[in-house]
This record gives sequence, C-alpha cells and structure tokens, in this order.
Amino acid sequence: MSAPARRRPGRDAIDRWTPAVRAFYEAHRSISIFVGTAVVGAILPIVVLIPPLSGFLPQTVWVDTFAGAGIFVLLALGLNVVVGLAGLLDLGYAAFFAIGAYAYALSASSFTNVHIPFWPMLLIGAFVAATFGVLLGAPTLRLRGDYLAIVTLGFGEIVPVVFTNSDELTNGTNGIAGVDRPTLPGIVFGSSDPWPFYIVILAIIALVLIFLYRLQNSRLGRAWMAIREDELAAASSGVNTVTTKLLAFALGASTAGFAGVFSAGRLVFVSPDQFGFTVSFTILAMLVLGGMGNMWGVALGAFTLFIVQSVFLKQLTNFVHPLGLPIISNIDFVQYQFLLYGIALVVMMLLRPEGFFPNVRRRRELHQAAPSEGSPEGIDAAGALQ
Amino acid sequence: MIDSHLVATLTQQFFNALTLGAIYALVALGYTMVYGIIELINFAHGDVFMVGAFVALAFLSTIGFTRSISDPLQLILVLVGTFGVTMIVLGTIGVGIERFAYRPLRNAPRLAPLITAIGVSFILQNVVQAWQGPSPVPTPQLLSPQVRFGLFGADIAVLSIVILGITLALMIALQLFVGRTRLGRAMRSTAQDREAAQLMGVDINTTIAITFFLGSALAGAAGIVYGLYFGSIQFNLGFFSGLKAFTAAVLGGIGNTVGAALGGFIIGFIEVGAVQVGLSRWSEALVFAVLIIVLVFRPAGLLGQQLGERA
Repeated sequence: MSAPARRRPGRDAIDRWTPAVRAFYEAHRSISIFVGTAVVGAILPIVVLIPPLSGFLPQTVWVDTFAGAGIFVLLALGLNVVVGLAGLLDLGYAAFFAIGAYAYALSASSFTNVHIPFWPMLLIGAFVAATFGVLLGAPTLRLRGDYLAIVTLGFGEIVPVVFTNSDELTNGTNGIAGVDRPTLPGIVFGSSDPWPFYIVILAIIALVLIFLYRLQNSRLGRAWMAIREDELAAASSGVNTVTTKLLAFALGASTAGFAGVFSAGRLVFVSPDQFGFTVSFTILAMLVLGGMGNMWGVALGAFTLFIVQSVFLKQLTNFVHPLGLPIISNIDFVQYQFLLYGIALVVMMLLRPEGFFPNVRRRRELHQAAPSEGSPEGIDAAGALQ
Repeated sequence: MIDSHLVATLTQQFFNALTLGAIYALVALGYTMVYGIIELINFAHGDVFMVGAFVALAFLSTIGFTRSISDPLQLILVLVGTFGVTMIVLGTIGVGIERFAYRPLRNAPRLAPLITAIGVSFILQNVVQAWQGPSPVPTPQLLSPQVRFGLFGADIAVLSIVILGITLALMIALQLFVGRTRLGRAMRSTAQDREAAQLMGVDINTTIAITFFLGSALAGAAGIVYGLYFGSIQFNLGFFSGLKAFTAAVLGGIGNTVGAALGGFIIGFIEVGAVQVGLSRWSEALVFAVLIIVLVFRPAGLLGQQLGERA
C-alpha cells in the first residue's frame, strides 16, 4: 500500500491549514496567544458536557473548578519565571500569593471597613507582592542553589505565621471573611455564578501569557537563562546579575500577587491556612511535571494537576464503585486521595523526569552535557562529609 | 544577689532545650548526610522520622511493654531492643526509598528527585494515617518522666539525661564510622567526587545505600526518642519537625555532620528560649528568621566551607 492511498481528506486540510496558522502565529504572536486562550476557554466548558466528564460534576461546578485551576495556572507561570527561567529555586512561593490575597482582603472587606475597588487593587496587590519579592531577594542574592531554597522556604513559613499572629489586623486563624467581590457595570459577580470569574481569570491569564512570552524572548529573558546556566559566565558577559535576579523575584511575586487578589475576590475569604507549605509544593510539582522553563507546558501541567487533584481523586469513588470490581469497590478513595496523589507524583516523575513538555533548550543542554556535570550548584566540594 | 527561682527555671529550660535539640540533631544528621552525598533535599526524611516513632510503638506493643519500667536492667534491655529493631527497620525503609524513588533519577534534572521526595512524604504520611488513624496516639514512656533529680533548685527528668546520652553515643558512633572505617571513607570520597571515587573502586550504589541506611536509622532513633519524651505521636509530626531539622542542617552548614548536630541544638535553644520569653506562637518564625540572618552573613552556614565563585 502506498502512502497517498491512506491519506484522509481531514489530514489534507490540516496539512494545508497548518502553514497558514503558523504564518499567522509568527506574524501576530500576541493576538494568537489571546485567540488561543479564548478558544481553549470556549472549548473547556463544552467538553465537560460530554460523558464521562459530565458524570463527574455539573457544568457550573466544572466552570468554577476551572476558575480555581486558572489561579494555579497563573501561580505556575509566575514561579516559572523564578525557577524555570532564572533558575532560582523558590520553595516559599505561596507567601507572595498570601501577600496578594491579604493586600486585597485588608483594603476591600467589611472586616477593615475599607472598600477599594477590585480592579485597581489587582495592580496594587501585584505591586505589594513584587515589593516583598525584592525585599526577600535583596539579602539572599549571595546564596546559591539549595541555600536559597531553604531561605525561601523559611520565608514561606514566616508569612502565614505573621498573618496568624497579628490578630488585631488580620483576625488570626479565623481569617478575614466578607471580602468584596469584583464589580463591573452590568455584570454580577455572584456566589452561584462562576462564569464572570472564569472569564476574568482567562483574560488575566491571556495578558500574563503575552507579557511573559514577550519577556522570555527579550534581553532580560536571555539574561535569566544565562544566569540559570552559569552565573559567573553571565556576569562576565556583562549581565547585571543583581538587577536581573531581583527582577525575576519581583515579576514572579507580582504574578502571585495577581493570583492572590483574584483568589480573595473569588472566595470572599482569606485565612492563613490557604497558603501553607503544601501550596508552594503543589505549584512546584506543577512546574516540574509540566516541564520547567516551558511556559505552555507549565500552564498545562498546572491545569492538569489541579484537575486531577480536585476532581478526579475526589470523584474516584463514585466513578469506580459502579464498575462493580471486587475488593476495589469497598475502598473509599477520598480517604486515600493524598496517598494516590503522592503515588502519582512519584510515578509521573519516574516516567518523565524532565516533565511532560520539556523546554527545548534545557533538553538539549541536558542531553548533550556529559553525565559528569551532575553537580551543578557549586556546593559539591564543600558538601563533602567532614 | 542571684534570683534562685530564675536559676532553677533556666536550668530546667536548659535541659529542655538540650533534649529537644538532640532530637532535631539526630534528624538533621540524616538530611546532611544525604545532601552531602547526592545533593538531594530529602523531604521524605521528616516522615521517615515519624515512621520511626510508630515502628517503635508497634514493636513495644508487640512485646508487651506499654508502661514505665522500674527495673533498670530490664529497662536497658528493652531500650536496646527497641533501638536495634527500629533502627534496622527504618534503615531498610530508607534504602528502599532510595532504590525506588531516587536512584532511577540520579542523572535526571535536579528537581525531579525533589518532587519524588515530596511524593514519598505524602505516601508515608498517608500510609501511617491509614494504619494508626489521624488522631494523636499515646506512646509508652518506658522511663517515667516523673523520675527526677534536683540540680540548682530545678527538677531535671532522668529521661532527659538518658536521651542526651543515647543521642551523643549515636553521634559519636556515626562520627567514628564516617571518619575511621573503610565504608566511611567511601562515603566521604563519593560525596567529594562521585566519578573519581568510582574510578578508585568505590561501589557508588552500595555507598549511597549505606548512607541512606545510616541516615534513616538515625531518624528512626530520633522517632523513638520523640515518643519517649513527649508521650504522644501523630501521623503528621514528621513534616514540621523535618522542616526544622533541615533548617538545623543548613544552619550548621549542610553536608557537615558536626554542623548538623550544632544546628539542631541551636534550634532547640531558640525554640525553648522563645517559649521562655513568652513568644511561643512566634517560635517557628524565629527559627527561620535566625536561619535567614545567619545565611545572609555566612552564606554556607556556620561550619560550612566558604566557597568562592564556582570556577
């Protein structure tokens, strides 16, 4: 059988249209990203009407879940700047998420009796988070690799503790309830209707994607990657490592600030336990699973992991029991969801250690580098047992 | 004129800090050894410590010792048995974790084993939760904390002294093992340069496995000590204790076993000090704040070798 005989008309159309789409994408990248996000955003609520997905949750709950997933897509995109592009391992990223959320909750809720509108606060929250990003970044510039990791981890622990213990200001462990919802003329951001939130988070994601895409291919983006690969060589080539690293911290933190303000406005409630260590870890896992450094992979990884964690693992019991398999039918999977999550993390990592969509440049480096380059962080000799 | 009440309180708190610090130090040793040899922040290590506490509990209930023992000879025998069994079981678990979750990723990007470590941490916590339930479980305090002796007007529990003795003995044993034996030399050479060590005939896989065995066994010992001292354990205790122990390892200079022990005791003193001055709610924040300040001025930890820019 010859190849042309098997060609289907659909395949021909795809072949004919692919170059056209590609050419449009090359010429109008920002518009393409916007259109692409809109298309994905339009398809998702339709896909969930199809079985078996429709069996898990009703459509509005799905859309609400997607709005929640959008927050984590944003967080993963922001952390990707810090860890994936600039190579600074940040284990306390949820702190900036918390700072954004509390910035909004303190300036727009019945608790403080201040009511600044949502939209300017979106920017102010991001700015406040970025300021803290620089405050954390500045003293830690000298630290390398895992020392930086533990300091950021410590920062990530301190921030919720501060919010918990400053009772008069933040209502402590109980958190701040009655945070203002966003307002727009003609649109009601109600508790029962997830659609406005879904559309807003899609718009924020599209803007952040365009911004980060342009940034990553700019002089600054190349400087980040240079620092990630070899800080000394980058510095010798004229990269100002101080401002470059601080910008990575600031931009990563500001994205988390966006996510925090949006999250506070959506849940109308903030409390310190929403921003614990597990959140930082989950975002990092999303990053690594998606393929660090590749913003599309990271966004997809965040979306997938969020859906797996918040829908499939929770609904597994309802899904498996009707199958009537022996033994398994008696297991309550909800009880074991974190066990399954742990197993899933280990198995996925063992199967795809570089993530599902590795960054092309990183993959090339990893596979061309000699295996003896296995100790990249420069603490190797000092790390010897003494 | 020295306030005798104050002296008594401080003496009391001094021993509390030493005992708490000893537990952190034992756990920190495992972090620092693993980091020294494969440069992995083994986030599952805190949970290995927690499993150690539960294995000791299971062992003691199996052999039927669930309350304090007054006969010293019997007490020593039971303690030796508990430590022996728990440390061997935990060492084996540690080797198993390394074999299945870390070894396949030894040449993968650095963050990959970090994520599997987090996965293993979730698995251990949830297995123990399924096994022993989510609420705190009382543990047998083989040596009653009521057995005390007086010192500067304070009542010091003999238990604290026993714990300190056991911890110091284990640390000295580890130091001798790493410093004086052939296997210890293999560990040090692997930590320094894995390829060169391999060329000199060191079996890398075995050496790394032994490192995990020792580190996990020490975490198991710390788990027993925790149960003996606090009298109650819970499936999620490993997470924060592990975090603080890792902080101790970094504080002392990660990769340095003496530094890890020093860091553990420092953190014990910070925590007890915070409680003493009425800042117990801030003790965690204080621990991390001290860590950040130390690292800002000594970026490689207190006893870590200061390296210049990487050549």
